[in-house]
Amino acid sequence: MRKSTAFLLFTLGNAILLVLLLWSGRYASGEARAMREASRVLVQKLQLTDLCLFTEARYTRHPSMADLHSAFQDHPLALEHFPSGSLATPPRFRRERP
Amino acid sequence: MNRSVERHRNILDFALSSLLRRKGKNVSLWVMYTLVVFLIAAIVFYTHALKREAAMILQGAPDIVVQKMVAGRHDLVPVGYVEKIAAIRGVTAVRPRLWGYYYDAVTGANYTLMASDDLPPGTADIGNGVARTTRIAEGDFIPIRAVPGATTLFQVRKVLPYASELASSDLILLSEGDLRALFDFPRGFATDLALTVGNPAERATIAAKIAAQFPDSRPILNSEILRTYDSIFDWRGGMMVVMLGVAVFSFVIFAWDKATGLSAEERKEIGILKSVGWETGDVLLLKFWEGAVVSLAAFLCGVILAYVQVFFFSASLFEPALKGWAVLYPRFKLVPDVDPYQLAVLFFLTVVPYTVATIIPSWRAATVDPDAAMRS
Repeated sequence: MRKSTAFLLFTLGNAILLVLLLWSGRYASGEARAMREASRVLVQKLQLTDLCLFTEARYTRHPSMADLHSAFQDHPLALEHFPSGSLATPPRFRRERP
Repeated sequence: MNRSVERHRNILDFALSSLLRRKGKNVSLWVMYTLVVFLIAAIVFYTHALKREAAMILQGAPDIVVQKMVAGRHDLVPVGYVEKIAAIRGVTAVRPRLWGYYYDAVTGANYTLMASDDLPPGTADIGNGVARTTRIAEGDFIPIRAVPGATTLFQVRKVLPYASELASSDLILLSEGDLRALFDFPRGFATDLALTVGNPAERATIAAKIAAQFPDSRPILNSEILRTYDSIFDWRGGMMVVMLGVAVFSFVIFAWDKATGLSAEERKEIGILKSVGWETGDVLLLKFWEGAVVSLAAFLCGVILAYVQVFFFSASLFEPALKGWAVLYPRFKLVPDVDPYQLAVLFFLTVVPYTVATIIPSWRAATVDPDAAMRS
């Protein structure tokens, strides 16, 4: 087999695999969809406000409920010390009075 | 048409042979290239899917949450606010929420404790993450240390479904009386108020009215809750920008390595090809195919591996970074959702610059005299 044929088959195979993965994701992810629905129902029932992603600090557990100073609660120049604090940045949209 | 295709295939054959002659170097380059594409694609897929998940799940979150602020910090809301806020036109329901955090010294995990109306005193519903961390099942007793110092035991009525872990992994639901007794919560106060508003278009107006009527309050709209997650997983958010920056710099190094010049061996090869009759266009086509073979193969393999990692293995490679020092981490599966626009950007960010960077030095080498190229 020519090397170019082998390469083109390899590329075509990968491209087909990628398209199949993207296509199957739209239709065949039953477990993930069931999880989404179960979470949505619970959020509505208990009136929850945040996803349970980072449980180490209260301002990363409920970032949408946190105030801007939560991460620096010890004193104004305190350094943020929780690793997830570098992922969960403070909310930008606030209607607090200055 | 056939002649042109055949020409490209011949040059592709030659490009592949040329790459295989320097097998060790090119295979290691392809592996590193694939890893960088994998890293970028995995971050992009993961953050996009999480943003979508947050948007879908948090649709049912309260329309407005009203907090009370004292000196820039949260404070308990007097339940007396309920009647006044309920009287604002457009507000259909106001529900005081009673919740807080509890640090479990035994496991080192933080839990969210919340009051629920349908629980009898002395019982608790716990999230699946709590059950996993404490190894407590339905019917067992969960100990919680109260503010006065004594430990209270609550019988676990049920473990919240595994499927809802993304929302409830660290939750412990108790009756209102139990929660007040545990934290010595003063009567007549709640943590915050959850509002239901009939018309979504009126939410901002109602929030402004609340802020005007209660200057110590902070209303948070449902749309702001959703935008919080958009901003956390935005490409500018925290670690994302660091990781993406590292990956992009890796590409700059790849491209720089290619663009700054060819090895003596490659120059010699171009000189020989020119001297046996290859035209400059043929040499450039050869270099184009060499670059395209490496970058296209790396792009496809990197993207496929990233998809499998994020959606089949629940992004387990990112878990240590997301977990931080937390003991309790939810187990969840993301619904696959890939934005074609992001895929196209990824393609143009990874394949095109590398291929172009391969051609430029070859063009400079191919335009000099073959004799000089071979001697250099």
